[in-house]
Amino acid sequence: MFDAEALIIALTVFVLAIFIGYEVITKVPPTLHTPLMSGSNAISGIVIVGALLVAGQADGLVGQILGAIAVGLAMINVVGGFMVTDRMLKMFRRSGQK
Amino acid sequence: MSTDALFHINITNAAYIFAAILFIVGLKQLGSPATARRGNRMSSLAMLVAVLATVVGNEIMSWEWILGGIIVGSAIGVYSARKVEMTSMPQLVAIFNGFGGAASAVIAAGELIRLINEGAVIAEDVSITIMASVIVGGVTLTGSFIAYGKLQGLVPTRPLLMPIRNVINVALLIGMIASTVWLVIDPSITAFLIAGGIALALGILVVIPIGGADMPVVIALLNSYSGIAGAATGFVLGNNMLIIAGSLVGASGLILTRIMTKAMNRSLMNVMLGGFGVEDGASASGDEETRPVTSIQPEDAATMLAYAQSVIFVPGYGLAVAQAQHQVRELADLLKQKGISVRYAIHPVAGRMPGHMNVLLAEANVPYDELKDLDEINGEFQRTDVAVVIGANDVTNPSARTDTSSPIYGMPILNVDQAQSVIMMKRGMSAGFAGVQNELFFLDKTQMLFGDAKDSVEKITKEVKDL
Repeated sequence: MFDAEALIIALTVFVLAIFIGYEVITKVPPTLHTPLMSGSNAISGIVIVGALLVAGQADGLVGQILGAIAVGLAMINVVGGFMVTDRMLKMFRRSGQK
Repeated sequence: MSTDALFHINITNAAYIFAAILFIVGLKQLGSPATARRGNRMSSLAMLVAVLATVVGNEIMSWEWILGGIIVGSAIGVYSARKVEMTSMPQLVAIFNGFGGAASAVIAAGELIRLINEGAVIAEDVSITIMASVIVGGVTLTGSFIAYGKLQGLVPTRPLLMPIRNVINVALLIGMIASTVWLVIDPSITAFLIAGGIALALGILVVIPIGGADMPVVIALLNSYSGIAGAATGFVLGNNMLIIAGSLVGASGLILTRIMTKAMNRSLMNVMLGGFGVEDGASASGDEETRPVTSIQPEDAATMLAYAQSVIFVPGYGLAVAQAQHQVRELADLLKQKGISVRYAIHPVAGRMPGHMNVLLAEANVPYDELKDLDEINGEFQRTDVAVVIGANDVTNPSARTDTSSPIYGMPILNVDQAQSVIMMKRGMSAGFAGVQNELFFLDKTQMLFGDAKDSVEKITKEVKDL
């Protein structure tokens, strides 16, 4: 059934999250825009949660395979994204800092 | 529902709120280089919390396939994060964006198959969000791969324009809407596959006409799409965690897209329509440049720098291409030892993606407090003795401020022309990407130093040492 209430709640969360994102991210200085992109890339790997749900609840082989592919793709983003961001941020040093 | 199941759902949702807070605080910590690394760790902790909460709170029926996906995905992630060169960071981000979009599309497919197998009546909001998820995901996937190909030089970087592409695009859009309506009325895999196929084609067609120099905008936009695809998947599954994290990424990508288009003096529409530089390039090559410029040798440049009190380096992508970051930092260190103030002026489009030049310089051990962005540094040029431009062109062209007929008029530039004197390192007299001649070359205060940037900087460093 079409669940209007659930949809409205989801939309509310969506709109509020966009506003929070806007406020927080406009304060990131240009120096860190590349790590911001790779880091937010890793965060978009949050679809791993959806991938786990689909893979875990699949009853047929097709569903399980699709779930596993989604888990793998999301995992590349999560692991690769956070690691490469850390690798970059490690290089940012202040004057005189070793 | 049993109390036990209810308990699990509540625990999961509480953990999701905790993870959401960690993500937001983590992003907030990216506000300063001093705290950014901690912020990134916080975000990765948030991801771990979200994953564990999902596994604990839901019945996972089979683990074999999931574990396989986790192992293969992690291995690829670790390998690419370790191996990638900093100059290739735009390619890596592009391809990761593509994977994120693909994951969203595949999840939507899995969910649709599950619902159809269950024989459940699929509500309109679910079928529409399934379509949104596969369409945004599909466009992100192929669009990102084309962007990757252009950055890597596998796909021609010049804008590829097809004569009837607008007709094709409109036809694809109509097909997309039609298949969505079809899926809402009669949930079938066929309708889903058609929409998916159209989305994949659209991703290719939208990115292929865009020129290589506009890729920073495209990557930022696709970054945003990968977040929006995630949020759409959240709508499909009724999962707030996906909606929140996806929206944060969506907002981030949109902000970066706007910053980049502003820095390039373009509108997003103008970038997406593509074909920039095609007509301009042809007309600019027509009139030969005959005005004289002053050219100097590395020894003269060394003298100028050694007797200056303040120096600003203006790096462009040409510096990264010549791999001269380390040589520039060495020269800067030497000047600092002589008590000369050294800073770097970084234009937003200096690299191949937002903030790219900063990373390349950080890799060469340039301290981040010496890296100044446009607003911070522009007032400082008039108090600066020597500005050294290395591999940058259009972003220093004073015509952007003064010549209303110039194609780059209105573009924010670095006010290099206000420095006491300017050293311009360049291979030859060629025009920049915008196809216009740089007026800076012809000023009395400008000295041209022709040759390979790395070579020239090395020679200057040697001369300064010997002085």
